[in-house]
Amino acid sequence: MSKHAETQQEQKITGKTLWIRMPGELDHHSARQICQRADKLVKERDIREIVFDFSKTVFCDSSGIGMLMGRYKIMKALGGSVRVVEAQERVRRILMLSGIMKIISVESKAGGMHNE
Amino acid sequence: MNKNEMKLEFDSLSANEAFARVTVAAFMAQMNPSMEEVADVKTAVSEAVTNAVIHGYGEEVHKITITGSIEGQQLLLEIADQGVGIADVKKAMEPLYTSRPELERSGMGFLFMEAFMDEIQVFSKPGDGTTVVMKKMIGQHGA
Repeated sequence: MSKHAETQQEQKITGKTLWIRMPGELDHHSARQICQRADKLVKERDIREIVFDFSKTVFCDSSGIGMLMGRYKIMKALGGSVRVVEAQERVRRILMLSGIMKIISVESKAGGMHNE
Repeated sequence: MNKNEMKLEFDSLSANEAFARVTVAAFMAQMNPSMEEVADVKTAVSEAVTNAVIHGYGEEVHKITITGSIEGQQLLLEIADQGVGIADVKKAMEPLYTSRPELERSGMGFLFMEAFMDEIQVFSKPGDGTTVVMKKMIGQHGA
Protein backbone atom coordinates (compact mmCIF):
# COMPACT_ATOMS: atom_id res chain seq x y z
CA MET A 1 0.00 0.00 0.00
CA SER A 2 2.67 2.47 1.05
CA LYS A 3 4.71 1.34 -1.94
CA HIS A 4 1.90 2.38 -4.22
CA ALA A 5 1.68 5.77 -2.52
CA GLU A 6 5.41 6.27 -2.98
CA THR A 7 5.21 5.42 -6.66
CA GLN A 8 2.42 7.96 -7.03
CA GLN A 9 4.60 10.71 -5.62
CA GLU A 10 7.40 9.97 -8.03
CA GLN A 11 5.43 11.30 -10.94
CA LYS A 12 2.51 13.55 -11.74
CA ILE A 13 0.69 14.95 -14.73
CA THR A 14 -0.32 18.59 -15.02
CA GLY A 15 -2.14 19.35 -18.25
CA LYS A 16 -0.07 17.80 -21.00
CA THR A 17 3.11 17.73 -18.92
CA LEU A 18 4.42 14.57 -17.28
CA TRP A 19 6.73 15.17 -14.32
CA ILE A 20 9.05 12.37 -13.27
CA ARG A 21 11.27 12.48 -10.21
CA MET A 22 14.57 10.77 -10.96
CA PRO A 23 15.95 8.33 -8.37
CA GLY A 24 19.03 9.08 -6.25
CA GLU A 25 21.12 6.89 -8.52
CA LEU A 26 20.27 6.78 -12.21
CA ASP A 27 21.94 3.75 -13.78
CA HIS A 28 20.95 0.96 -16.19
CA HIS A 29 18.90 -0.72 -13.46
CA SER A 30 16.82 2.32 -12.46
CA ALA A 31 16.73 3.90 -15.95
CA ARG A 32 14.99 0.83 -17.33
CA GLN A 33 12.15 1.22 -14.81
CA ILE A 34 11.77 4.93 -15.58
CA CYS A 35 11.56 4.22 -19.33
CA GLN A 36 8.77 1.68 -18.84
CA ARG A 37 6.80 4.02 -16.60
CA ALA A 38 7.22 7.07 -18.82
CA ASP A 39 6.45 5.27 -22.07
CA LYS A 40 3.28 3.70 -20.64
CA LEU A 41 1.95 7.11 -19.54
CA VAL A 42 2.88 8.75 -22.84
CA LYS A 43 0.99 6.00 -24.65
CA GLU A 44 -2.11 6.25 -22.43
CA ARG A 45 -2.35 10.00 -21.89
CA ASP A 46 -2.04 13.05 -24.07
CA ILE A 47 1.46 14.02 -22.98
CA ARG A 48 3.40 16.67 -24.91
CA GLU A 49 6.18 17.45 -22.46
CA ILE A 50 8.23 15.37 -20.03
CA VAL A 51 10.04 17.16 -17.22
CA PHE A 52 12.70 15.08 -15.47
CA ASP A 53 13.28 16.32 -11.93
CA PHE A 54 16.90 15.52 -10.95
CA SER A 55 16.76 17.21 -7.53
CA LYS A 56 17.40 13.90 -5.71
CA THR A 57 19.94 12.48 -8.15
CA VAL A 58 23.57 12.25 -7.07
CA PHE A 59 24.70 9.55 -9.50
CA CYS A 60 24.11 9.23 -13.24
CA ASP A 61 25.94 7.20 -15.86
CA SER A 62 25.57 6.71 -19.62
CA SER A 63 22.40 4.66 -19.12
CA GLY A 64 20.77 7.87 -17.87
CA ILE A 65 21.87 9.58 -21.07
CA GLY A 66 20.38 6.73 -23.13
CA MET A 67 17.13 7.06 -21.20
CA LEU A 68 16.94 10.81 -21.87
CA MET A 69 17.82 10.43 -25.56
CA GLY A 70 15.17 7.75 -25.98
CA ARG A 71 12.45 9.88 -24.36
CA TYR A 72 13.58 12.89 -26.40
CA LYS A 73 13.09 10.90 -29.62
CA ILE A 74 9.63 9.72 -28.58
CA MET A 75 8.47 13.22 -27.60
CA LYS A 76 9.97 14.76 -30.71
CA ALA A 77 8.00 12.31 -32.86
CA LEU A 78 4.84 13.48 -31.03
CA GLY A 79 5.72 17.13 -31.59
CA GLY A 80 6.55 17.50 -27.91
CA SER A 81 9.63 18.15 -25.81
CA VAL A 82 11.73 17.01 -22.87
CA ARG A 83 13.35 19.07 -20.11
CA VAL A 84 15.74 18.38 -17.26
CA VAL A 85 15.38 20.46 -14.10
CA GLU A 86 17.33 20.76 -10.84
CA ALA A 87 20.40 18.97 -12.17
CA GLN A 88 23.08 18.84 -9.46
CA GLU A 89 26.75 19.48 -10.20
CA ARG A 90 27.74 15.86 -10.85
CA VAL A 91 24.73 15.23 -13.09
CA ARG A 92 25.45 18.46 -14.97
CA ARG A 93 29.00 17.29 -15.61
CA ILE A 94 27.77 13.99 -17.06
CA LEU A 95 25.12 15.70 -19.20
CA MET A 96 27.68 18.23 -20.40
CA LEU A 97 30.19 15.53 -21.34
CA SER A 98 27.53 13.58 -23.25
CA GLY A 99 26.61 16.58 -25.43
CA ILE A 100 22.93 16.02 -24.71
CA MET A 101 22.58 19.64 -23.56
CA LYS A 102 22.64 20.61 -27.22
CA ILE A 103 19.23 19.02 -27.72
CA ILE A 104 17.65 18.98 -24.27
CA SER A 105 17.15 21.98 -21.98
CA VAL A 106 18.94 21.48 -18.66
CA GLU A 107 18.28 23.78 -15.71
CA SER A 108 20.14 23.59 -12.40
CA LYS A 109 17.92 25.66 -10.19
CA ALA A 110 14.24 25.50 -9.30
CA GLY A 111 11.46 24.26 -11.52
CA GLY A 112 11.27 20.88 -9.81
CA MET A 113 8.11 19.02 -8.90
CA HIS A 114 7.78 20.57 -5.45
CA ASN A 115 7.55 24.04 -6.99
CA GLU A 116 4.49 23.29 -9.03
CA MET B 1 55.34 0.08 -0.65
CA ASN B 2 51.85 -0.31 0.74
CA LYS B 3 49.82 -2.61 -1.43
CA ASN B 4 46.28 -3.79 -0.95
CA GLU B 5 44.31 -6.15 -3.15
CA MET B 6 40.70 -7.28 -3.29
CA LYS B 7 38.54 -9.52 -5.42
CA LEU B 8 34.80 -9.35 -5.80
CA GLU B 9 32.53 -11.79 -7.62
CA PHE B 10 28.82 -11.33 -8.17
CA ASP B 11 25.93 -12.26 -10.46
CA SER B 12 25.38 -10.21 -13.60
CA LEU B 13 22.08 -8.76 -12.38
CA SER B 14 21.36 -5.09 -13.02
CA ALA B 15 20.67 -4.62 -9.29
CA ASN B 16 24.37 -5.42 -8.70
CA GLU B 17 25.54 -2.40 -10.74
CA ALA B 18 25.03 -0.21 -7.67
CA PHE B 19 26.56 -2.87 -5.38
CA ALA B 20 29.70 -3.00 -7.52
CA ARG B 21 30.36 0.73 -7.71
CA VAL B 22 29.60 1.33 -4.03
CA THR B 23 31.90 -1.53 -3.00
CA VAL B 24 34.77 -0.21 -5.13
CA ALA B 25 34.16 3.26 -3.66
CA ALA B 26 34.47 1.75 -0.16
CA PHE B 27 37.70 -0.03 -1.14
CA MET B 28 39.31 3.17 -2.42
CA ALA B 29 38.23 5.20 0.63
CA GLN B 30 41.57 4.38 2.33
CA MET B 31 43.33 6.35 -0.43
CA ASN B 32 41.81 9.56 0.89
CA PRO B 33 40.18 10.42 -2.43
CA SER B 34 38.30 13.63 -3.20
CA MET B 35 34.53 13.40 -3.68
CA GLU B 36 35.09 13.93 -7.38
CA GLU B 37 37.59 11.08 -7.65
CA VAL B 38 35.14 8.73 -5.95
CA ALA B 39 32.35 9.85 -8.30
CA ASP B 40 34.64 9.38 -11.32
CA VAL B 41 35.57 5.82 -10.32
CA LYS B 42 31.96 4.94 -9.49
CA THR B 43 30.85 6.09 -12.93
CA ALA B 44 33.60 4.13 -14.70
CA VAL B 45 32.84 0.95 -12.69
CA SER B 46 29.14 1.33 -13.39
CA GLU B 47 29.81 1.59 -17.13
CA ALA B 48 32.04 -1.49 -17.24
CA VAL B 49 29.68 -3.60 -15.12
CA THR B 50 26.65 -2.49 -17.15
CA ASN B 51 28.48 -3.51 -20.34
CA ALA B 52 29.11 -6.96 -18.84
CA VAL B 53 25.45 -7.32 -17.82
CA ILE B 54 23.94 -6.15 -21.11
CA HIS B 55 26.49 -7.00 -23.76
CA GLY B 56 28.80 -9.61 -22.24
CA TYR B 57 26.04 -11.84 -20.95
CA GLY B 58 23.06 -10.49 -22.91
CA GLU B 59 21.16 -10.26 -19.62
CA GLU B 60 21.70 -13.94 -18.81
CA VAL B 61 22.94 -14.44 -15.26
CA HIS B 62 26.58 -15.41 -14.90
CA LYS B 63 29.51 -14.14 -12.86
CA ILE B 64 31.28 -10.82 -13.07
CA THR B 65 34.55 -10.35 -11.21
CA ILE B 66 36.26 -7.17 -10.12
CA THR B 67 39.80 -7.27 -8.88
CA GLY B 68 41.17 -4.11 -7.39
CA SER B 69 44.56 -3.12 -6.14
CA ILE B 70 45.95 -0.08 -4.46
CA GLU B 71 49.64 0.55 -4.81
CA GLY B 72 50.78 3.86 -3.45
CA GLN B 73 48.43 6.39 -5.00
CA GLN B 74 47.43 4.21 -7.92
CA LEU B 75 44.09 2.43 -8.10
CA LEU B 76 43.99 -0.46 -10.58
CA LEU B 77 40.70 -2.17 -11.42
CA GLU B 78 40.00 -5.17 -13.62
CA ILE B 79 36.38 -5.85 -14.47
CA ALA B 80 35.90 -9.18 -16.19
CA ASP B 81 33.12 -11.30 -17.65
CA GLN B 82 33.20 -14.68 -19.39
CA GLY B 83 30.58 -13.64 -21.92
CA VAL B 84 30.36 -13.31 -25.69
CA GLY B 85 33.37 -11.05 -26.06
CA ILE B 86 33.92 -8.27 -28.57
CA ALA B 87 35.07 -8.92 -32.14
CA ASP B 88 36.17 -5.36 -32.85
CA VAL B 89 37.26 -3.60 -29.66
CA LYS B 90 38.25 -0.44 -31.50
CA LYS B 91 34.79 -0.09 -32.99
CA ALA B 92 33.09 -0.89 -29.67
CA MET B 93 35.00 1.98 -28.09
CA GLU B 94 33.96 4.55 -30.67
CA PRO B 95 31.70 7.21 -29.16
CA LEU B 96 28.00 6.63 -29.92
CA TYR B 97 28.59 3.12 -31.23
CA THR B 98 26.26 0.55 -29.73
CA SER B 99 25.73 -3.07 -30.67
CA ARG B 100 22.25 -2.94 -29.14
CA PRO B 101 20.45 0.14 -30.52
CA GLU B 102 17.08 -1.39 -29.61
CA LEU B 103 17.98 -1.03 -25.93
CA GLU B 104 18.47 2.75 -26.16
CA ARG B 105 22.09 2.61 -25.18
CA SER B 106 23.77 5.97 -25.55
CA GLY B 107 27.01 4.45 -26.85
CA MET B 108 28.93 6.51 -24.32
CA GLY B 109 30.05 3.86 -21.85
CA PHE B 110 33.68 3.64 -22.97
CA LEU B 111 33.77 7.41 -23.50
CA PHE B 112 32.87 7.90 -19.83
CA MET B 113 35.40 5.27 -18.68
CA GLU B 114 38.10 7.08 -20.66
CA ALA B 115 37.01 10.48 -19.41
CA PHE B 116 36.98 9.53 -15.74
CA MET B 117 39.98 7.21 -15.47
CA ASP B 118 43.62 7.95 -16.36
CA GLU B 119 44.02 4.85 -18.46
CA ILE B 120 41.78 2.11 -19.81
CA GLN B 121 42.56 -1.04 -21.77
CA VAL B 122 40.09 -3.58 -23.11
CA PHE B 123 41.03 -7.20 -23.67
CA SER B 124 38.47 -9.29 -25.51
CA LYS B 125 37.96 -12.06 -28.02
CA PRO B 126 34.68 -13.44 -29.34
CA GLY B 127 33.56 -16.30 -27.11
CA ASP B 128 36.26 -15.55 -24.59
CA GLY B 129 34.81 -12.80 -22.44
CA THR B 130 35.95 -9.24 -21.87
CA THR B 131 38.29 -7.70 -19.34
CA VAL B 132 38.47 -3.95 -18.82
CA VAL B 133 41.57 -2.71 -17.03
CA MET B 134 41.41 0.81 -15.64
CA LYS B 135 43.92 2.89 -13.72
CA LYS B 136 43.64 6.14 -11.86
CA MET B 137 45.98 8.11 -9.63
CA ILE B 138 44.13 9.13 -6.47
CA GLY B 139 44.73 11.85 -3.93
CA GLN B 140 46.72 14.17 -6.17
CA HIS B 141 44.41 17.05 -5.24
CA GLY B 142 46.01 19.88 -3.36
CA ALA B 143 47.66 17.37 -0.93
